[in-house]
Amino acid sequence: MTRPSTVYFYATCLVDLLYPRAGLAGMQLLRAADIEVILARGQTCCGQPAFNSGYRDEALAVARAQLDCLARDIPVIVPSGSCAGMLRHHWPELFAGEPDARRARDVAARTYELTEFLVDVLAVRLDDVGEPIRIAIHTSCSARREMGVADRIETLVGQLAGVEVLTQDRKAECCGFGGTFAVKQGDVSGAMVRDKTDALRATGAARVISQDCGCLMNIGGAFDHQGGGPRTQHIAEFLWERSGGNVR
Amino acid sequence: MNQTEAFHRRIDAALHNDQLRRNFRSALTGIMARRAEQFPDDAQLQALRDQARAVRANALVRQPELLERLERQLTANGIQVHWAEGPDEANAIIHEILARADATSVVKGKSMVSEETGLNHYLEQRGIDVIESDLGEYIIQLAEEPPSHIVAPAIHKNRREVAELFHRFHPEIPYTDDIDQLTQTARAILRDRFATADAGISGVNFAVAETGTLCLVENEGNGRLSTTAPRVHIAITGVEKVIEKLSDVPPLLEILTKSATGQPITTYFNMISKPRQPGELDGPEAVHLVLLDNGRSRIRVDAELLDTLRCIRCGACINHCPVYVQLGGHAYGTVYPGPIGIALEPQRIGIDKVGTLTSACTLCGACGEVCPVRIPLPTLINRLRAEAVDGLRAGATVRGHGSLRKPREARLWGLWAALYGDPTRYRLFIWLASRLRWLTPPWLGAWTRYRSAPRPAARTLRELARDEGFRDE
Amino acid sequence: MSDSRQRILDRLRANRPTDVPTPMVYAKALGWDRERCIAAFSERMQAVRGEVHRMQRDAWVGWLSQQLPERGLHRVLVGNGRIGDALAAVAAQPLQVRRYDRPIESWKPELFGDIDVAVTGARAGLAESGSLVLWPDAEEPRLMSLVPPVHVALLDADRLYENFAALIVAEHWGDGMPTNALLISGPSKTADIEQTLAYGIHGPKELVTLLLE
Repeated sequence: MTRPSTVYFYATCLVDLLYPRAGLAGMQLLRAADIEVILARGQTCCGQPAFNSGYRDEALAVARAQLDCLARDIPVIVPSGSCAGMLRHHWPELFAGEPDARRARDVAARTYELTEFLVDVLAVRLDDVGEPIRIAIHTSCSARREMGVADRIETLVGQLAGVEVLTQDRKAECCGFGGTFAVKQGDVSGAMVRDKTDALRATGAARVISQDCGCLMNIGGAFDHQGGGPRTQHIAEFLWERSGGNVR
Repeated sequence: MNQTEAFHRRIDAALHNDQLRRNFRSALTGIMARRAEQFPDDAQLQALRDQARAVRANALVRQPELLERLERQLTANGIQVHWAEGPDEANAIIHEILARADATSVVKGKSMVSEETGLNHYLEQRGIDVIESDLGEYIIQLAEEPPSHIVAPAIHKNRREVAELFHRFHPEIPYTDDIDQLTQTARAILRDRFATADAGISGVNFAVAETGTLCLVENEGNGRLSTTAPRVHIAITGVEKVIEKLSDVPPLLEILTKSATGQPITTYFNMISKPRQPGELDGPEAVHLVLLDNGRSRIRVDAELLDTLRCIRCGACINHCPVYVQLGGHAYGTVYPGPIGIALEPQRIGIDKVGTLTSACTLCGACGEVCPVRIPLPTLINRLRAEAVDGLRAGATVRGHGSLRKPREARLWGLWAALYGDPTRYRLFIWLASRLRWLTPPWLGAWTRYRSAPRPAARTLRELARDEGFRDE
Repeated sequence: MSDSRQRILDRLRANRPTDVPTPMVYAKALGWDRERCIAAFSERMQAVRGEVHRMQRDAWVGWLSQQLPERGLHRVLVGNGRIGDALAAVAAQPLQVRRYDRPIESWKPELFGDIDVAVTGARAGLAESGSLVLWPDAEEPRLMSLVPPVHVALLDADRLYENFAALIVAEHWGDGMPTNALLISGPSKTADIEQTLAYGIHGPKELVTLLLE
C-alpha cells in the first residue's frame, strides 16, 4: 500500500493494562516516521480470549464494540501478532452472516502488525544509539504462523549495529502461553515455559524481545518466578530505546 | 471420576515422568529435523501440499460414489468387501472370516483402525492367537500398552526399556540394549510366526477405486509378509481412505512418507489388487476388506468439519505439537493423540466422551503449518471448543454439543463481555486497575505456580499518550 | 451386514458437502535424460543401503556366479523364467539353484529357513526415489523378493522412469493392476526403537540391483 498519513493504533488490552510503555513506544516510532497516530478512544479488546475459549457470542459482542472506533479508512496498527491475527483472520469468521460483517472485513483488510507495518509499508531505517547488547528474539506463534511476519522483527533488529542476536534452541516452538491455555492446562503450560526459559537462558542473552505481550508476560513471569533471567521487553520499546527516536 | 478429571490425572502422571518426557523430546526433535530436510524448497512443498489436498478433498466430495466403485472393482478382482458401522460389527466380521477359514493364528501389520475396534483383545478372547509384527507394535503388545503415536507406536520407550521387555519375555536371549541386536532378535522371534500364521490382518493407507487396489506403506516388510505369507488376508480401513485414481497416489505417497518419517519414500509400497490367481504360487487365497465407519460419516456435517477427514495419518501434526512433546500420546486417552486426535476424536465419538481434550492446545498453529493435506487443525480445534460450551452461534452439529458448558464459566465470560464490550466501563476498569495495582493478588491459580503475577502498570497507556501529545479520538 | 452398507452410504449421501471439486494439478515432468536417471537411481538406492552395480546386459550371470559364492550365498532361489534358466545353466558348486516351482504351502519352512538369496527381474525402476518396481507373477512369485535374506534384482536401464507418476501414466496402470505390484527402495529397515535406523528387520537384509545396459 502507499504510505498513509494517519493510522489507528490499536493498543490491545494487555498493552493497555500491563505494558503501556510498549504501546507508547510503538506510537512514538510511528510518529517519528512522520505518521499521525490516533489512539482510538473506544478501544478495549479484540475479543480473542473469548473466541479461543469457545464463547463466540461474547467475543462478537466485544469485537462489535470496536468497529465504531476503527471506522475511518486508515490502517489499524497492532503491536501484537495474536491480536493482529484476530482482527485480520478471525473477525471475518466471527462476523460471518452478521449485518456488520462487511465492516469487520474492512477492518481486517486494513490491519497490520506493528513490525509488519514498519518494514513493509514504511520501510523504516533505524539508527542505533545504544551500548552493545546481546539479545534473543522470541517469535510468537501468531506472528510466525497466523500473520507470517516473524522475520520482520529480525529485519528491524538487524538494522541496529550494536545488537547481537543469539538464537535459542527450538525457536519456533510455542512458549506455552496460549491465552486461557495457561490457566486451563496450567501444568502443561508451566512445563512448556520452563523449556522455553531454559533455552532462552542458555543463549546468554541479556534481553529477550518479542512482538507479543502475551508471550512476554509468560516468559518474563517465569524468569521472575525462577529467580531471575534475561529482561523481557516488547520490540517497540526496544526499538525506541535503541534508536533514541532516530527513525527514517 | 469424570472424563476431565481422568484426563488431568493422566496429564499429571505424564508431566512427572521425566524419562518419558526425555524420550519424546529426543525422538521428536530428530523426526522434525528429518522432515525439514525433505523439503528444502518451500515452493515445491506448498505445491505438493496443494496436490495432496486436492486429491483428498475431491475424494471426500465424491465419497459415496467412490466407495461403491471401489467395492465393484474389488469384487470384480476377487476381493471380498464388508461394511461395518462400528467396532463390534467390524470385529465380528473379522472373527467370522477367521472362523470360517479355520484360522487360529493371526499375524498383524500395523493398523490404527484396529486400535479403534479393540480387535486384538476381541480375537484373543475368542481363542485366536494374535501377534503384532511391526517392531513398534510388537514392543507395545509385550508391554500391554496402546500405541502412543500413530506412526511410531513405541516412541515413548527408550532402548533400555525395550531391552528389558525383550529379556523378560525371552530370557533365553542374552540381554542387550544395542538397537541392531534388538532388531535382529525381533526378526528371529517373528520370522517363525510369519511362516506359520493362518491369516494376516493389515491396515490400508489408500484404497484406489479406479483399479480396486489396496496400498500399504511400510519399511519393515512385516506388512508385506502379513499380507502375502498366510492363506487369508484381511484388511481393515476407515471409509474415508478411498481415493479416485491410481494417478492420485504419487503425490499422496510422496508427501506421506516425507511428512511422516522424513523419508523420500519408504522401503516398500505394496499395492494389492487380487487374491492369488490360478497358476500363482503364493499370496493369500482369500483377501477381504472391512470398511469401517465408526463415526466418520457423522463428521461430514459441514465443509469446515469435513476437512478433518482429509487426514492421511502421517503424524506430522503430532510430531510438531509442543503439547504432545510434553505429554506423549497416552495422556490424551484417545486412540488418536495430538492435534489430529483433538480434532477428530470429539467428532468421531462425541464431545461428551473426551472431557476437556480441546483444551490441550495453545492454538500455536505448528500442526496446521506442517499438515500435508492442509487440514486447518487450529481452526477445527477452536470450532470444537465453541461446540463444547455451546458457544457456536449457528449450526450446532457435533455429538455432545454443549456438554462442557458450565454455568459459572459462562457467567464469567458474560461479565467479561459486559466489561470489554462497553468502552466507558472498560476505561474505568483500566484506570482503577492502575490505581489499585498494589492490590493484585500474588496468587493467581495455575498461573503463579510457574510465574510471578503480572501487575497493572501505574499509569494507563491513554494517560502516557496524552502526556506525549498524541491525539485521542 | 448389507444393512450397514446401506446405512453408511445413506449417511454419506445425506451429508454431502456442497464444495465443487478442487482442480487437480499434477506435477510436471522432470525432463531427466537416461544418464541423469541412472545417476539419481543409484544415488537414492545407495543412500538407503541398496547396492547398485552397472554392467553390460549379458554380464550379470558371470557376476553372480562369482559374487554369490564370494559372499557365502550358496542356496539361490530363482523363478521359472529365463533368469532362472540362465543361472541354472551356468551354476556350479558351491551354488545350488532352487526354483520356485511349487505352491508355497508345500515348502514354506524351506523358503523361510534354507534360502540364502533370491534373484528376480524388475519391471522398471524409478530414478527420483531410487525404487525398483516389481510385478510378481507365476514365474517370479511374491515371496521371492521378501523372504530370503538377500534379494538380487536385475533392472534394465532402459526401463528407468523419472518417478512413479511418470510410470503410471506411461504404462496406463489405471487400466488394470496385477495381483500385487511393489515399489522397493532398499533393504528392509525400522526406526521403531529410539527413532534409530536399523536395517534387516523382517524383509531382506540386503538388496542388490544389477543395472543392465
